[in-house]
Amino acid sequence: MITGTQDLARDLANAGVVRQRGFWRGLLASPSGVIGLALVGVLIITAALAPLIAPYNPLQMAAGPRLAPPSLAHPMGTDQFGRDVLSRVVHGARLTLLVGTVAVSLSLVAGLALGLLAGYAGGWLERIFMRLVDVLFSFTEIVIALACLAILGVGLTNAMIAIGIAAIPFYARITHSVVLVEKSKPYFEAGIAAGAGHMRLIFLHLLPNVVPTLIVVATLGISTAVLAAAGLSFLGLGAQPPQPEWGFMLASSRDLISRAPWMMIFPGLAIALTVLGFNLLGDGIREAMDPRQRRRQ
Amino acid sequence: MTEILLDVRDLTVAFGTSRAVEGLSYQLARGETLAVVGESGSGKSVSSLALLGLLPPRAAQVLSGQAMFGGTDLLSLNDAELRRIRGRRISMIFQEPMTSLTPVLRLGQQLTEGLIVQEGLSARVAHSRACEMLERVGLDAPERRMRQYPHQLSGGQRQRVMIAMAMLVQPEILIADEATTALDVTVQGQILDLIRDLQAEFGMSVLMITHDMGVVAEMGDRVLVMHRGQKVEDGHVSDVLARPRAPYTQGLLEAVPRLGAGAALRSAPRDTAERRVILRADGLRKSFARRNWLGKTQAETHALDDVSFDLCAGETLALVGESGSGKSTTGRAVLGLMPLDAGRVMIEGRDLRDFSGSALRQARRHMQMIFQDPFASLNPRLSAARLVGEPLVIHGLARGQELTDRVADLFRRVGLDHGHMTRYPHEFSGGQRQRLSIARALATGPRFIVADEPTSALDVSIQAQILDLMRGLQQDLGLAYLFISHDLAVVERLAHRVAVMRAGRIVELGPTDQVLHAARHPYTQQLIAAVPVPDPALRRNRSALAYDGEMPMGPLTHVAPDHLVAQ
Repeated sequence: MITGTQDLARDLANAGVVRQRGFWRGLLASPSGVIGLALVGVLIITAALAPLIAPYNPLQMAAGPRLAPPSLAHPMGTDQFGRDVLSRVVHGARLTLLVGTVAVSLSLVAGLALGLLAGYAGGWLERIFMRLVDVLFSFTEIVIALACLAILGVGLTNAMIAIGIAAIPFYARITHSVVLVEKSKPYFEAGIAAGAGHMRLIFLHLLPNVVPTLIVVATLGISTAVLAAAGLSFLGLGAQPPQPEWGFMLASSRDLISRAPWMMIFPGLAIALTVLGFNLLGDGIREAMDPRQRRRQ
Repeated sequence: MTEILLDVRDLTVAFGTSRAVEGLSYQLARGETLAVVGESGSGKSVSSLALLGLLPPRAAQVLSGQAMFGGTDLLSLNDAELRRIRGRRISMIFQEPMTSLTPVLRLGQQLTEGLIVQEGLSARVAHSRACEMLERVGLDAPERRMRQYPHQLSGGQRQRVMIAMAMLVQPEILIADEATTALDVTVQGQILDLIRDLQAEFGMSVLMITHDMGVVAEMGDRVLVMHRGQKVEDGHVSDVLARPRAPYTQGLLEAVPRLGAGAALRSAPRDTAERRVILRADGLRKSFARRNWLGKTQAETHALDDVSFDLCAGETLALVGESGSGKSTTGRAVLGLMPLDAGRVMIEGRDLRDFSGSALRQARRHMQMIFQDPFASLNPRLSAARLVGEPLVIHGLARGQELTDRVADLFRRVGLDHGHMTRYPHEFSGGQRQRLSIARALATGPRFIVADEPTSALDVSIQAQILDLMRGLQQDLGLAYLFISHDLAVVERLAHRVAVMRAGRIVELGPTDQVLHAARHPYTQQLIAAVPVPDPALRRNRSALAYDGEMPMGPLTHVAPDHLVAQ
């Protein structure tokens, strides 16, 4: 994710304009876009209708026998407290979606603001901001997230904030390079020549031309955030018992892996499919937005 | 009857459902130059790319046709067989020499690679052959050039390298696809001369693809005019240019601006008595420094060096010169888009530096700009009405219904339909986009407009329409233009006075007719001599291109009341 961000940004910036009709046609024409859309769609529907889909209350202990293997009554088996794994996985979709969107929104908004400001202002402000970003960039995101958690304390909400903060440098840097590309285009100078003020230049000329690129990046970023949240929960720093969070479910199944592998398989599968879905969707959006790609069809 | 080298019959190429080339047939004889001329989208490039199998796969399809070359049909060959012909018996040079050379390899390696791999020459023989050829195409110090990278050369030098590369294999056919379009006019003249000399020496045939009737007249034996994928007319250059039969060719030739024919089209210059100076540039200086990592200046280039001129109400002053002459920098400087090292820009008697940030923004309603690239200068995410109305909104000049009315009025003024208002820039053609740019520049009722090469990205027929529009607006509204261009024939059509720039300095400044027809400075004379004229009887005077003496670059002195020349 770290290497090649500049390339990615340049590609996307060159891609330029998205057109609404062509965009959906392009997305539906790419196999990865369709599969990604389907997987993410299933996740969203599951999360939205969780109470209707789940056969049991995810927190209800002794909904069945303890550590029962998958059966008709419990399609994904039960855990050591007799809770229904299927119900927990279904409700976990809500938490996962929440973590993904909250963390990414946080880093997107902050990164966008920083990158735009630095790129637009130029000069010493840009130098300070971007060197700061470089420093943060030299740490793995998870290390920064751990540091944030150490300050904020454990818990799912704090984990979301920590993951969001950790990814800010990534978004700031991409925004910054896209802004530099857009700023060098004549329409930006045309804006200055027309007498547009700072706000107009930033919000009317730069922002709309930067956002499409960031949408692609954010879609790809959701999967990273989901994975990071699962990782933090697995370490016991994110979701706390008895929340049905997928990473936390993996962690609590660790000691029982040989006796009850279903406790691990299904949440693990859910994480994998979610990550896959967002990645494919991001790829699909990128292809659909790139006029060079679309012309070839 | 001379030997027919290439015989193309009934070539049809399709992109999806649209036909890019339809039923095209032509013949190319040995040693002959065939000029293929047409506007953008005419299929002139596609037809030759198809011959060499260089069309984008999948997107383009050759639907029918034959291209007989030495007994084989080029269109029936597979890729491996084509590779043996491509770059050996048929060579190609492209418009953009920077992107046609690999930036990371030394020129020597790129030049010799083909010889070593395809002809099986030893590295040493290939090296000496390449050096010879570099010398032949007029590059000095070939041994040193062989070790250089493409970015170390100028555009003209790179195009020479491309030609050397194409000529090394001694091809039977050289395809030049807009090979001189991106070059300055004096460099273009040199490259055209070079191609003609090499052709005479090696007896090859040349397929010259161009949009420029001047280049056709200069180079072609025969000409093929294309329009919307079809052949409109072909024949000897002198016949077609003197007596075009097809209406399309007639229209095309009429639209070509000719040096010496533009004076009649100009709007009458304002009376000297009522001359009111609205823009005065006084001793502008700007240099770009390259600094090392400690911030120390390593090298300085003077983009502007003591540039001074006046612009009066209702007048057009043209800034002409080649790339790097500082003409665009001047345009940006007078609009305050770029800080100056020294000198003053006075707008109606007020120093531009006296305007603070917000006052400068307000002052901008009196000075507007039209850009060269009509696509890149329009924000792709705003509708046409929004783009044109934007300056009115910024300066608080209109709102609500009045805004809509004024935008609609501007659309009418520049010849766009009411229905165009809700469209986005990508839904317009190049000429329409430039009309949008003009409408936007007019919105605030400016006193003067800086137009930076407003027509050079457009086809000639569209170019004429835009020039007419600009002239009409000038007469109606009393606008002043600072018109930046490299094209002298276009300048002659619009400008009342001309300033010729070279290396950041004005070398000649005076009334258009005097500067273009009684040029005093050797550089101006060289520029004028280099312009290709669409008349084969008037092929360029080649001796005028070679000026060996030192160009006088001193201060301007009067040679006539309004005519200044650098000494």
